[in-house]
Amino acid sequence: MQEKLVDLKTAIASHVRDGDSVVLGACLEPEIPFAATHELIRQGRRGLNMIAPISDASTDMLIGAGCVSEVTGAWVGNVSGGLGHNYRRAFEEGDAPTIRVNDYSNFSLGMALLAGAYGMPYLPVRSILGSDILKSNSALKLAKNPFGDENEPIVLVPPLQPDVAIISVQRADRYGNNHHWGSSGLIAEAAAAAEIVILIAEEIVAPTVISSDPSRVLVPGYLVTAVTQVSAAVHPSPMTGYWRRDNQFFNDYHARSRTQEGFESWLREWVLDIEDHGAYCEKLGASIAALRIKGEAFSAPANYASV
Amino acid sequence: MADYSVQELMIIAAAREIADGELVFVGMRLPITAFGVARLTHAPNAVGLFEDGIVRYEPATDMLYTMGDPPNQQGAAWTTGLNPVMAQLQRGRVDAGFIGGAEIDRYGNVNTSYIGDFKKPKVKLPGSGGAPDIAAMSKRLMVIVNHDTRRLVEKVDYVTSPGYLDGGDARAEAGLSGGPSVVITDLALLRPHGDDHELHLASIHPGHDVNEIKEKTGWELQLSPDMVETPPPTTDELAALHTIDKDGFWR
Repeated sequence: MQEKLVDLKTAIASHVRDGDSVVLGACLEPEIPFAATHELIRQGRRGLNMIAPISDASTDMLIGAGCVSEVTGAWVGNVSGGLGHNYRRAFEEGDAPTIRVNDYSNFSLGMALLAGAYGMPYLPVRSILGSDILKSNSALKLAKNPFGDENEPIVLVPPLQPDVAIISVQRADRYGNNHHWGSSGLIAEAAAAAEIVILIAEEIVAPTVISSDPSRVLVPGYLVTAVTQVSAAVHPSPMTGYWRRDNQFFNDYHARSRTQEGFESWLREWVLDIEDHGAYCEKLGASIAALRIKGEAFSAPANYASV
Repeated sequence: MADYSVQELMIIAAAREIADGELVFVGMRLPITAFGVARLTHAPNAVGLFEDGIVRYEPATDMLYTMGDPPNQQGAAWTTGLNPVMAQLQRGRVDAGFIGGAEIDRYGNVNTSYIGDFKKPKVKLPGSGGAPDIAAMSKRLMVIVNHDTRRLVEKVDYVTSPGYLDGGDARAEAGLSGGPSVVITDLALLRPHGDDHELHLASIHPGHDVNEIKEKTGWELQLSPDMVETPPPTTDELAALHTIDKDGFWR
């Protein structure tokens, strides 16, 4: 098997180009690899098309830092605070919006990534009917169901195959095989649809740990391009079994990003003036330790024996 | 009269909309508490769906900031992806769902996307999330908003989540069944009326009157012929709510 373990800086530098379409997170609120968000900002990526149903405040940070030209998704804001101030400024200031938005609902985006993962030319949905999303996103087409009653309308969703998917998992081996547990949003579809998959694992474990429970594998290692180990990469979002949500951090970000100057000062303090995620965790100090889940609620083992 | 807050009345009014055994898209904050109250009172077999990819029988007992937080994962009936949970809407299995909104109009259309022209909006709101999916494909939609003329408007600038569109048969002609069954505000309950489906004043919360509610509604609000006063929370309903809301967040 091919060794795929690299550090985060190398993974981002090697595999994410200006102008790429990128899924980062896609679990909605949990397991968003903010460490990768910060690294994209530090490395000065430009012109990204961020694809996700909801990636909490990550997308707002990337927009504010000037990395984004396009958003393909259902919701951009701050789940704790509400509005995303950088997202608002991109639309409301100046003569024209500085970013383009391709509006989807969560389910229609889910079907777009599933169509991408399955290599289908499109998927029909009964959602989006009656919504002005059909007006603001011309990629979605109103059609007639060829198998239905006459004039039964449906909406056709074209496939999305992102250039890169950056996904958090609880554990992986050095070959990219991995386990993810808890709700998974659209990460399985994103990983299967994307050209390049970068995994950010909380822990690197022996290959036998992963192969002991193949039903828990999110995506097999041969579909993974690079794997990197970063503890607490998801902070301030939660990760099942490892980290609770740092709600105060989201609220502080919301308050400080209310003005452009406030956002820039937040960005210097928490991203630009910080060398890497290790230094970020050091700066968090005792607060990160307090967020670690210390309880134990292990699943029952499953027997895979063959004889 | 029992002592309760307006939020507690809204939660209990929302809980009364859930029937036993129903599959319900729950959402966060007020509706998730309403789901818990319904389970503890008249709907012990209701099932809660969360679009992250979570299905629960028992609501989580520890504090949740978001539906993806660890207490909502532990002890779930199912943790899976977004698609397997939301596909149950399209399969026609979901009885009801709760959504909120920045604007709602007389036909129950909800806007969470753009104030003004979507090409150059005055305000860019976070967007749809899963609300259009729930609005289009659940059998009943329940909308929770605060009651003022900025939110309850004649016509929304942008239909993120469809209600009855232009009224009458418009929703059916668009290919949709279901539709809003109730709008729960801090002053009243509005329900669609007759074949036109315009939202009418159906229930007034104790302590409020018709004129006040009309003044705070952005269209010429009609009264339902069956209009009632919202029954105050019963002792059992309040006890169930206090079991869930141990810290008194909603008091």
